[in-house]
Amino acid sequence: MTYFRLAVPPISGVFRPRMLALCLLLAAAAFLAFCSVVAVGDYPITLPEVVQALAGVGDPGTLLIVRELRLPRALAGLLVGLAFGVSGALFQTMARNPMASPDVIGLTQGSGTAVVAAITLGWTGGLSVQAIGLLGGLATALLVYALAWKRGTTGYRIILVGIGVSWICTSATDWLIARGGLFQAQAAVGWLVGSLNGRDWNAVLPLALACAVLLPCALLLGRQLRTLQLGDDVAAGLGTRVQLVRFGVLLAGVGLIAFGTAAGGPIAFVALAAPQIAQRLAGAAWPPALASGLTGALVVLAADLTGARLIPNMELPVGIVTGVLGAPVLLWLLIRANRAGSGG
Amino acid sequence: MVRYRGPALLIGSLGALLVLLCLLSLALGALSIPLDQVVQTLTGHDVDRTTGNVIWSVRAPRTALGLAAGAALGVSGALMQALTRNPLADPGLLGVSAGAAFAIVAAMALLGVTSLFGFIWFALAGALLTSLVVYALARLGRSGLTPVKLALAGIAVTSLLFSVTNAIILIDPESLNRYRFWSAGSLAGQTGEVVLQILPFVAAGTLIALACAPALNSLALGDDVATSLGRRPALVRAAGVIAIMLLTGAAVAVIGPVVFLGLVVPHVARVLAVRAGVGPDHRWLLPISALLAPILLLTADLAGRLAARPAEIQAGVLIAFIGGPFFIALVRRRRLAEL
Repeated sequence: MTYFRLAVPPISGVFRPRMLALCLLLAAAAFLAFCSVVAVGDYPITLPEVVQALAGVGDPGTLLIVRELRLPRALAGLLVGLAFGVSGALFQTMARNPMASPDVIGLTQGSGTAVVAAITLGWTGGLSVQAIGLLGGLATALLVYALAWKRGTTGYRIILVGIGVSWICTSATDWLIARGGLFQAQAAVGWLVGSLNGRDWNAVLPLALACAVLLPCALLLGRQLRTLQLGDDVAAGLGTRVQLVRFGVLLAGVGLIAFGTAAGGPIAFVALAAPQIAQRLAGAAWPPALASGLTGALVVLAADLTGARLIPNMELPVGIVTGVLGAPVLLWLLIRANRAGSGG
Repeated sequence: MVRYRGPALLIGSLGALLVLLCLLSLALGALSIPLDQVVQTLTGHDVDRTTGNVIWSVRAPRTALGLAAGAALGVSGALMQALTRNPLADPGLLGVSAGAAFAIVAAMALLGVTSLFGFIWFALAGALLTSLVVYALARLGRSGLTPVKLALAGIAVTSLLFSVTNAIILIDPESLNRYRFWSAGSLAGQTGEVVLQILPFVAAGTLIALACAPALNSLALGDDVATSLGRRPALVRAAGVIAIMLLTGAAVAVIGPVVFLGLVVPHVARVLAVRAGVGPDHRWLLPISALLAPILLLTADLAGRLAARPAEIQAGVLIAFIGGPFFIALVRRRRLAEL
């Protein structure tokens, strides 16, 4: 870690070679996984062909398959992973708690309840499942923030109110699944697990737009957030506008998760584990936002790839595989850590 | 002893409320029985055959189960949050509910077990084994067992097992059909034998937990301070993990994964303890949680019986609808004692 200051242009900052190398490595691995997701399928395409097709070169058949069938799914995986990872890092930094994740404030559960209600009660109001999940998540987040507001909010109060709200949502979902028909219960569980099967451009475009706006905001806010880690009072003393930053972080984090969940379902474990994995790989004291996002993307894409290949003639949904792939990595990093500091 | 008047009063009133709830739980349901007949039946005077039957073979086991499982979840929740020093920790964190769920689904899908009695032993075995694995994994490595490692190892193992469970219920609809009813959480349909079978686990777990309470207060100051105060953090954690394993394993195996109860109740207990003037002292927090959790569970069970007579809504569902708003209101009103 070295500090630098330039005269022209007048910028200064911290140069972290390990973080930079990690991000480059993760980005390369995620790109490889991305290309592999595009390459794998009933009609096999080689990796060089995939790269060419992405650049717009190749025979028309391959181009069609890549552009219309495979690319939306791979992009969905990439963006969902990025969104979940970055959002998880923001929440964990804000709450100063490695167990915090957007799940904690009830967002995912709210999406889940809305979608399961739509499936089991058969009421969709003409909206797609994606739109219902998105609205459910955003409404829940708004409810939590409003309930936690009392002359400002504290991170702790938001989390506790979120626990209460997510508890109600989880129970409502369980009840809906238990009272509905078996066929509907299967459809509901299928969505709750999280899957990228059959995602087309309609599912990816809203997520891509949301990421284009929210990811830069989130990464910029991540820096402000670090002073918030010192506690609200110290942060205010250092000149951080605490309520504003916290609201911005919530908005960016919630938006990313809501759009990600709408596109891929509540893929378990990514928002929680990716920041922890990235933090340990980077040897940092806080979950680094960009590296967390890249880790998330890598985990989701690798899980999608594995799920499609693991059992012949059957595509396992990505949400099942993320747990199986991510858990051993997190455990290995936990065990390997040899200092109390890096082990937690 | 002026110091203890506040908390003693609190525990006394919670106890009285719980006794009242038990009586109501025996009296109310599809067939309502007057309270004086309930008391007569309980003291050994037969009122009539039906009343005696309903009380002794249906409602008494159900009420006892509510008491035992509720107290178990309350105590283990408070214990879990103390051991991990994390307000987000629930008693399922050690992998208990994931282990129980996995064992039940695997027993159904792979071994073809369908009877309720078979379930309970599989669930208990799954819960106990999983928490042992989590504890062992969290201890590995040179830094030993730290609160964060315990929490993260629990999360990792939990998500691994839930992944496999989900895979099985997605492939096998028959398993899903049974799993979804267990998963909603209910006190209904258990016999007295089942309650007697889990009672030793709950009793042993509660005793260990209460024995740990003074040491937990020292542990809250950090391992170094606790050591210098003459405590042995590693020993306390091991005992705590065993207690949680016994308590949550027994409760979850029978009434389903109602772990949220264990997450929320300790927060309420802390607020009450601070109001009573003792602060977050675990010697008081554990008994308060042990009383609060069954109060909430029995209330939810009663409400579920009365709301849709003669059908029922699962207690696990109603706990959230009763407890959730109450919890949120509490969080808004009081300055919370952070861990």
